[in-house]
Amino acid sequence: MDINTVRGLLTLVLLIAFIGIVVWAYSSRRKKDFEEAARLPLEDDAPNGPEDRGEGWQDKREGRDHE
Amino acid sequence: MQSTTTYNNTVVRQFSIMTIVWGVVGMGVGVLIAAQLIWPALNFDVPWLSYGRLRPLHTNAVIFAFGGSALFATSYWVVQRTCQTPLFAPKLASFTFWGWQTVIVLAAITLPLGMTQGKEYAELEWPIALLIAVVWVAYAVVFFGTIVQRKVKHIYVANWFYGAFILAVAMLHIVNNLAIPVSMTKSYPVYAGAVDAMVQWWYGHNAVGFFLTAGFLGMMYYFVPKQANRPIYSYRLSIVHFWALISIYMWAGPHHLHYTALPEWAQSLGMVFSLVLLAPSWGGMINGIMTLSGAWYKLRTDPILKFLIVSLSFYGMATFEGPMMSIKTVNALSHYTDWTIGHVHAGAMGWVAFITFGAMYFLIPRLFGRETMHSVKAIEWHFWIATLGVVLYISAMWIAGVMQGLMWRAVNEDGTLTYTFTESLVATYPYYMVRLLGGILFFTGMLIMAWNVWMTARPAREAAPVRTATQEA
Repeated sequence: MDINTVRGLLTLVLLIAFIGIVVWAYSSRRKKDFEEAARLPLEDDAPNGPEDRGEGWQDKREGRDHE
Repeated sequence: MQSTTTYNNTVVRQFSIMTIVWGVVGMGVGVLIAAQLIWPALNFDVPWLSYGRLRPLHTNAVIFAFGGSALFATSYWVVQRTCQTPLFAPKLASFTFWGWQTVIVLAAITLPLGMTQGKEYAELEWPIALLIAVVWVAYAVVFFGTIVQRKVKHIYVANWFYGAFILAVAMLHIVNNLAIPVSMTKSYPVYAGAVDAMVQWWYGHNAVGFFLTAGFLGMMYYFVPKQANRPIYSYRLSIVHFWALISIYMWAGPHHLHYTALPEWAQSLGMVFSLVLLAPSWGGMINGIMTLSGAWYKLRTDPILKFLIVSLSFYGMATFEGPMMSIKTVNALSHYTDWTIGHVHAGAMGWVAFITFGAMYFLIPRLFGRETMHSVKAIEWHFWIATLGVVLYISAMWIAGVMQGLMWRAVNEDGTLTYTFTESLVATYPYYMVRLLGGILFFTGMLIMAWNVWMTARPAREAAPVRTATQEA
């Protein structure tokens, strides 16, 4: 097979792959999953949780003072 | 003791502080060399302070020290929270901090001494390049190890971008730094001629594409939703954005070598891929900005959100300008002029630094147990001073660049050049002054931020009586 035919076919394969990704991403079957994923950064930690206020840092500083 | 997950904040805190420190250093050197271009005497006849040695110090400091520390800090913060698990191998994470800072200090020593591979953005000589490779592999182990032990089903899109950035930079760095050492401080690349040039710009453009774009897009996909307190506009678009962006960026490098000894077809290929790149770039920009859809009022009151959203606007500008400049006929005018410098700074100051400022203003109070930054008003000041600085900088360089390009190509009727090179240089001086002013403003904003971070991070006064009491007891 001519190298240029291979190149043409490769372009076609990549185009199909791209369309495949778009169809997959926008399929209604994936909707719920993606909505779940999109909420991940908002669920990561409570805004006033102990970690969020950096208490580890405070503990450490006080710990050093006790020495 | 804790029933819930305890995240590793120490390494994030260390990298965040160094982001601020290296930001001050890198931008300060930038201001100095901008002044040297107007007053060459500012090198004080000291070889270590000459422009040719300080310029790579500036680029390395802002890209790898400031930007790199910000990427380490935010990726470690984001991957823990979106995977709901502490960092994998915390000792190794600590090694990445000390290793990366060692690389930066070694760069700050060797570059002024004139030790360089002479490859743009890959100047560091082979022993330092080896250390970078070791630190980077450790980084990959920590990051992907954390993803493997995640407590949630999904791998959030920000982690895809951070992951692509880590993998691609490992590959680019190793391939571009293959060299034969002749001494501890000197080596020669294994490639020669046009191949060497192509490998270098395959690296160079992907340093832009993966270090300065994919990495910071990871930052964008976490901190914009977080600060706006709403999920990303379209998660589906973010998936298409990711795959399209990383597949196309890899091929755009040849546009740095238009009209050189590089084969014509490779130049055209680079140009076409650069043009296609507009689509995913703007897809990402729209996705970020539209996250605020229905909550635009937040922009009026929240200076952190201003930094994040304006960074996306500059990203959109720079990623429109880039494809345009990659068109060969446009490049014939723009290449080797200050337009290129303007383009780089629209991306580096407007996009990379702005999104970093936004992310750092989000992180610093949380890392030091404060509700907010010491002064929210100072964030607002930083935002406006820095915005003015970027606008002055890039518009001065646009005008200077187009003018230089036009002067260099002007020919008289008999075919001789209309202008000497020196004439074009003299005509550029006023724009260099405006650029210096823009740089000083941007640097001033960085100093305001450093002060604000210092005031936020320093030990709280009210803690003092408690300390005395415990000591007495």
